[in-house]
Amino acid sequence: MTDLAVRRRRVLTPGQWIGRALVTIVLLVFAAFFILPIIWLLLAPTKSNTQLLLESPFSFGSFDQLAGNWNELFAFGSGVFSTWIGNSAYYSFAALAITLLVSIPAGYALALIEFKGRRLLLVTTLIVMLIPNTALVLPIFLELSAARLIGNPLAVILPFSFFPFGVYLTYIYFSTAVSRDLLNAARIDGAGELRVFAQVAMPLATPVIALVGFFSFVSNWNNYFLPFLVVGGEKIPVQVGLANLLANVPAFNPTTVGSIVIQLPTLALATLLSVAPILLIFLFAQRFLVEGMTAGGTKE
Amino acid sequence: MNAGQSRYGYIFVSGYTLLLLAFGLLPTLYAIYLAFTRNGAFVGVDNFVRVFNDYRFLPAVAHVALYIVYWLISLIVFVVILAIIVHAIRVRWLGNTARFLFYIPGAIAGASSVLLWLFVLDPTVSPVSGLLRSMGYESLVNVVAVDNLPVVFTVIAFWAGAGGWIVIMYGALNNISSDIMEAARIDGAGPIQTAWHIQLPMLKKWISYMGIMSLAAGTQLFVEPKILAQATKNVVPEDYSLNQLAYLYAFRQNDFSGSAAISLVLLVVALGLSAVFIFRGRLFEHD
Repeated sequence: MTDLAVRRRRVLTPGQWIGRALVTIVLLVFAAFFILPIIWLLLAPTKSNTQLLLESPFSFGSFDQLAGNWNELFAFGSGVFSTWIGNSAYYSFAALAITLLVSIPAGYALALIEFKGRRLLLVTTLIVMLIPNTALVLPIFLELSAARLIGNPLAVILPFSFFPFGVYLTYIYFSTAVSRDLLNAARIDGAGELRVFAQVAMPLATPVIALVGFFSFVSNWNNYFLPFLVVGGEKIPVQVGLANLLANVPAFNPTTVGSIVIQLPTLALATLLSVAPILLIFLFAQRFLVEGMTAGGTKE
Repeated sequence: MNAGQSRYGYIFVSGYTLLLLAFGLLPTLYAIYLAFTRNGAFVGVDNFVRVFNDYRFLPAVAHVALYIVYWLISLIVFVVILAIIVHAIRVRWLGNTARFLFYIPGAIAGASSVLLWLFVLDPTVSPVSGLLRSMGYESLVNVVAVDNLPVVFTVIAFWAGAGGWIVIMYGALNNISSDIMEAARIDGAGPIQTAWHIQLPMLKKWISYMGIMSLAAGTQLFVEPKILAQATKNVVPEDYSLNQLAYLYAFRQNDFSGSAAISLVLLVVALGLSAVFIFRGRLFEHD
């Protein structure tokens, strides 16, 4: 009897049937757990406060109400929410630019150039890359405060630019995707090191530039702890601002005495907008994510 | 090694090395300096003793430890089970959709995810208010009672972080050769036996990677209790976790030495875990 015939005639035993049912239930429960909060978040900003409290959590309010919440959010504190988003974009992109500028050559050199101390730098990079990025935040704050940089945008941008994971990704990429022979051939043809890097390696590096850029941007945009400590007032990014909004929500803070209050659907809208750029990038860059996340162990 | 090349090697790594010194090495050294001095004078381990004797220190350690236990167990159990299940799905689009659904919450990190979970955990607006009410919770303050917090933080962290690990485990499962899986099937192994005897051993190094990374990240607990404290007017205490305590030392008490001492303890734990993994593990063997 061929394999095919077995499959075609396979009748599930009661045990297998129960097994499949269980597996399906587990999958459905977890799918709901992961996705329902997001669906709720997409719908909540379309409702009024009363609708949010009384109607079904997954009902759609109206576009008018969405516009109302939108206006309330952007009117809050004379438009401070757009300032926060602008700050986030400024910090994230500035740090992203510096990260690329320093990580790509560094990863390239670690992978393809022999120099003294290479191994030490590589191991240090790995160790620092694996410690959680929050572990250095308080020491960095103490250092920046000794350097009197607190409150300066550089206090966010420079630490954000230090992104060992980006160097590691570049290193992996160049050591697997570009051969030393190719570079040596160019050297024999008389190209100097700078030309080898700029004209042979860089044109091959587009995928890893995109990958490093992606991870750097996401981690900068989502960072809360560091900017929370090192900048204040008008300079805070949206992650920190979001937490400040919370203080003006009467539903969570009944003692709020501020004259302007934020309603729950408006807070939900702020939450949604604060993650919108990352959510969009995630939707369109799934392949990247998977590549980057598995970069550690797969040599293929 | 030739001298000309080697010089360019230094030029290429110079920018990164500067940042590594400025925001890796220097803050660490400065924290060490602060932790062992007070107002500029060397005081030995006094700062550590003072911090350890702080009545808030041990509870904070206990809170963080309990949270880590819940988080690691739930990660290891559910991530492995879900990865194996998703890997077994034969219908391509279904498997892809499942993985996508699992990891998309990873886009919502930091303060945003905590804010979203404030809503989800508040029975008055929650999408699962029925579930919360059936468990006897009528308000957010009930849900985030101190005893519930390790579970609450576990749920939040799992929601945002598990998907990425599921994708990683899935990738590792794909690397198991189909011959081995086929051989097991012919030998009469059912899906559970295959998972236990073949897939699980193959996932071991990834599971330990996940465990160590999550353990290190767990010790850093800050943004979740910080924002919940803000939202509940300190029903969630503002000194719940170690990082919060270090923050209070620096900002409330103006005691940078105490703050540095706590950060240093946490940093040593993180560095130790990371170093053990790099020197003992086999995940990053490229060189």
